[in-house]
Amino acid sequence: MISEDDVKKVAALSRIHLTEEEIPQFTKNLESILTYIEKLNELDVADVEPTSHVVPLENVHREDVVKPLLSQKEALSIAVEKQDGGFKVPKVIE
Amino acid sequence: MTTTAQKYETVIGLEVHVQLNTASKLFCSSANSYGAEPNTNVSPVNMGLPGALPVVNEEALNYAIKIGLALNCDINRFVKFDRKNYFYPDCPKAYQISQFDYPICKEGHIDIDKEDGAVKTIRIHRAHLEEDAGKTIHLDDCSIVDYNRTGTPLLEIVSEPDMNSSEEAYDYLQKLKLIVSYLDVSDCDMEKGSLRCDANVSIRPAGSTELGTKTEIKNMNSFKAVKAGIDYEVKRQIELVESGETIVQETRLWDEQKQMTASMRSKEEAHDYRYFPEPDLVPFTLEEKIINDIAATLPELPEKKLKRFIEEYSLKPYDANILVQDRATAQFFEDCAGKLNDAKKIVNWLNGAVLKEMNERKASIVDLNISPDNLVELITKVEDGTVSNIVGKDILTKMIDTQKSAITIIEEDGLAQVSDDSALEKIVDQLIAENEAVANQIREGKDSAIGFMVGQAMKKTQGKANPKKIGELVRRRLLDGP
Repeated sequence: MISEDDVKKVAALSRIHLTEEEIPQFTKNLESILTYIEKLNELDVADVEPTSHVVPLENVHREDVVKPLLSQKEALSIAVEKQDGGFKVPKVIE
Repeated sequence: MTTTAQKYETVIGLEVHVQLNTASKLFCSSANSYGAEPNTNVSPVNMGLPGALPVVNEEALNYAIKIGLALNCDINRFVKFDRKNYFYPDCPKAYQISQFDYPICKEGHIDIDKEDGAVKTIRIHRAHLEEDAGKTIHLDDCSIVDYNRTGTPLLEIVSEPDMNSSEEAYDYLQKLKLIVSYLDVSDCDMEKGSLRCDANVSIRPAGSTELGTKTEIKNMNSFKAVKAGIDYEVKRQIELVESGETIVQETRLWDEQKQMTASMRSKEEAHDYRYFPEPDLVPFTLEEKIINDIAATLPELPEKKLKRFIEEYSLKPYDANILVQDRATAQFFEDCAGKLNDAKKIVNWLNGAVLKEMNERKASIVDLNISPDNLVELITKVEDGTVSNIVGKDILTKMIDTQKSAITIIEEDGLAQVSDDSALEKIVDQLIAENEAVANQIREGKDSAIGFMVGQAMKKTQGKANPKKIGELVRRRLLDGP
């Protein structure tokens, strides 16, 4: 069972704003999705290795070589505000 | 009598982050370097731009395995990466790529030496690879973010809660740093942040086996701070329990100015990281051969080197221990010992005058730019009496300053000691004439007054007289009759 509080928490963690009307609606939707997924519990997977990845590939890596990628100007071109070569953001102290 | 502090046992576990000094970052080809202009070592991957895909740096994996092996860890044959989700401006992707359930290294240990000579084993729970976050500078009305550090490879080494005092935590951290510094995989500089340490601290009634509620201390930026931070926290927790209050599980920041910890007061949900497998990176299966190849590149580690130095060169444990604190100095010692069969003398110079030069100049032995041949030559000149020990030290300073050899400096500056008897006799006679009272004291058997004469002779000759000879001559003149 998923509660409206669960939905509010997940929305807050994901930085998604939900209106008062949307909360019960998403609770209902998520509930039906989870019920559907519950069906999987009927399978016996005791001897099955957990899948960590669906692509049949492994050991993909690259050599430790430096390549110039973005200049400061290019990097900062997406900044809403900038200062002293840095991204200027609202003050946040954890 | 049992004091309040003795009623409790302290339990400490450390989480140490080691920045790996690969050329490029963990998941992209941006340069991994310290001190560049802000936002110049960045890429679409570490800026979290849409469509950019991470690719693992092979060397970072190798470095992690190397550290794991040196810390006696098992290397997991199956390695995968996971997303750790959080919102903060230092992380543009809104998740950090880390390792959750399959860390690259597990179950290792470090042995530390106790004051009473006993050895204590501190177990290592796991060590995993992850990417570093950007640097945030907080100004009065805003924060400025620099993403150069974003994506720097880190190995997070997590100990078991096996330490029971701030001294043990300090020794564990020192030993960890020493071992990693031998591997050439990190700068290990706490002040520059390439070595960082968080401490989990709790207390429990002495004799209890249950763990108390822990707090995590962050922001300790030096070895001294780690010790002070833990000591403060233990004291704070004991005071809380003694006054009947409960300890709250929380993260606390060490304040270097105020020398105290304070609650970070972060929101509870900030720690709900919702780990899940990183879909953009495929897993790794590490072949036995790769691990064996890396094991073959491990240098002789400090503990083994220390033992060998004591046995092979008959060094005192204290002296040998100073030598092995720096791999390059230990190597320098061995190079010298291969040229001059007097390990004791070499150690005295290295741990004395040479170490002093290194400290004063904040330089490594390599920075001093003197060769083992240079030092051996200087030691030989002191030992054969060409120059005194004191002058020898001045010559060392000059060797480093001018990059000239000891012999050249002795010749150019005319520093060779006067050992020629007739020249010294003249000086001694002169001194006896000038210092009749002292001479009489020596005649009456006051041995310590000889030192005064020797000192005067050194002064007269600007340090060039051979002090041993002067002493002998004074004795002969005054005690053995004319």
